[in-house]
Amino acid sequence: MADPTKEESTAAQETAAAQDPTAQQNAQVLTLLHSLFGEATFTDVHEPYGLLTVTTKREHIHNIVAGLQQDETLKFHFLTTMCGINYPENLNQELGMIYHLHSLVHNIRLRIKIFFPVADPVVPTLSDIYATANWMEREAYDFYGVIFTGHPNLRRILNVEDMDYFPMRRQYPLEDGTREDKTDLFFGR
Amino acid sequence: MAVNDALAGTHKIVEEAQEQQGGQLVPTLNDFSQELTTLNLGPTHPATHGIFQNILQMDGERIISGVPTIGYIHRAFEKIAERRPFYQITPLTDRMNYCSSPINNMGWHLTVEKLLGITVPKRAQYMRVIMMELARIADHLICNSILGVDTGAFTGFLYVFQEREKIYEIYEEVCGSRLTTNMGRVGGMERDFSPVAIEKLRTWLKEFPAVMKEFETMFNRNRIFMDRVVNVGPITAEKALNYGFTGPNLRAAGVDYDVRVMNPYSSYEDFEFDIPVGTNGDTYDRFLVRNEEIWQSLRIINQALDRLPDGPFHADAPHYYLPAKEAVYKNMEALIYHFKIIMGEIDAPVGEVYQSVEGGNGELGFYLVSDGGRTPYRLHFRRPCFIYYQAYSEMVVGTSLSDAIVILSSMNVIAGELDA
Repeated sequence: MADPTKEESTAAQETAAAQDPTAQQNAQVLTLLHSLFGEATFTDVHEPYGLLTVTTKREHIHNIVAGLQQDETLKFHFLTTMCGINYPENLNQELGMIYHLHSLVHNIRLRIKIFFPVADPVVPTLSDIYATANWMEREAYDFYGVIFTGHPNLRRILNVEDMDYFPMRRQYPLEDGTREDKTDLFFGR
Repeated sequence: MAVNDALAGTHKIVEEAQEQQGGQLVPTLNDFSQELTTLNLGPTHPATHGIFQNILQMDGERIISGVPTIGYIHRAFEKIAERRPFYQITPLTDRMNYCSSPINNMGWHLTVEKLLGITVPKRAQYMRVIMMELARIADHLICNSILGVDTGAFTGFLYVFQEREKIYEIYEEVCGSRLTTNMGRVGGMERDFSPVAIEKLRTWLKEFPAVMKEFETMFNRNRIFMDRVVNVGPITAEKALNYGFTGPNLRAAGVDYDVRVMNPYSSYEDFEFDIPVGTNGDTYDRFLVRNEEIWQSLRIINQALDRLPDGPFHADAPHYYLPAKEAVYKNMEALIYHFKIIMGEIDAPVGEVYQSVEGGNGELGFYLVSDGGRTPYRLHFRRPCFIYYQAYSEMVVGTSLSDAIVILSSMNVIAGELDA
């Protein structure tokens, strides 16, 4: 049985969302994304703190970023930043890359996420679309071991070149695991 | 093991990429057949103003290619931040762009406040604006006066560094420290402006414009200086955007992108100021844009100080904002909160936030992923220096060594921010 008060509140939320300019912009971006790349491409669409966030598959990421850059309606011409992330408990989705795009003309930001298994951390490069992706991808390779196919110069950037692990992965604790003097049951050091 | 397999694959990719480039990526030997010279600019060269290396291939005086090596002062802040409660991350942000630490501090506080949903009172917002604009002036003063030093004009540097010292004295009055400020707290400022601080600020606001005018008179139309910087290291707007330029370097290329206007934070929408832009993005434009931004920052500070509202200097957020010390000694609840905050026992809500501020060098972004624990699950810093410094090796090709130094200086690459 439908709860009438609940329905009212969703209706109220919808009108509030319709009046909120950020929500309107986000709806517009989402429509554009769906029309350009198909609805099935995007999963897990949400707007944490007003920033439209979508998840897609790594096969599509190059097309999406290139397509958005060429698209003349919303003009996503600026790659703000990208970073890796590691969720060891998500099976076959352990590693991720998070891209922040920005349309400087319309002032809309967009966050795109992709996840992939740690055993096969291969992602297409964006350095052919944005020159700025070059070092960002080297950084992600350096810290998370994400391999960008087609990258012109995929070397470590901040760490020493002969390092043989990827330090930002969660399996590497920050402090020396053999030290016992810092163990504290209550405050988790 | 999966990691090793992945690594082997990567090494192969790297080797292939190096082969494709004809081994040009890491030039180490002097090629006598073509009479090229390999020159190490850095990592401890005095003219680079920071620890990073450029391996330049020179044909006589002309630069053929440059390969930058960075990471000499990498301190793994993103990793460290995964084990620190929010208030312990503020000192880490100090050490990124150490020429304008308060901007980094405030940017971090704004990020956490956005995650926690704390609204900061107007007075604290205006106080933050004043401190951030002071930091911007200090940052631009360093950059521009050092550019003067690199072109052989030491005097301007000495003049404005006196003023920078006075800015640091104001910092000292406001937060107790000078370079790595650790200023403000999540929820506001740690204390109100003291009468001495206001007095120092007003005196400085009266005295500084004359010095700045003198500095500009010395440089802006100086024939010797202009010969060294006009049309040196130009970059087009398209290229600058493609390289992810932000801040004065992007505005010098003619794009009026400023986070303070585009996504106002901390009440920047209340103030009237202009965004200076250049035309062809060369060293001279970058110099002029920074100078003009100093004047605009002064305008903002004057407005903020004149209209500084009354009221509390921090939000009423007992779970996150440390109680006053006197209350901790007398009041049970305050003692509990003090203990819980200091021990980092307070959990943050689940969520992800991107907050950016206009730093001295451009858009300084914080991407914070919280899984509901006491520390960030992931914290990524968008460091403007790191992103635009990769254009440097393209910008120096075809110029001379002395121009390369001037370009580097005008881009204001701060090693701490570059390497994080």
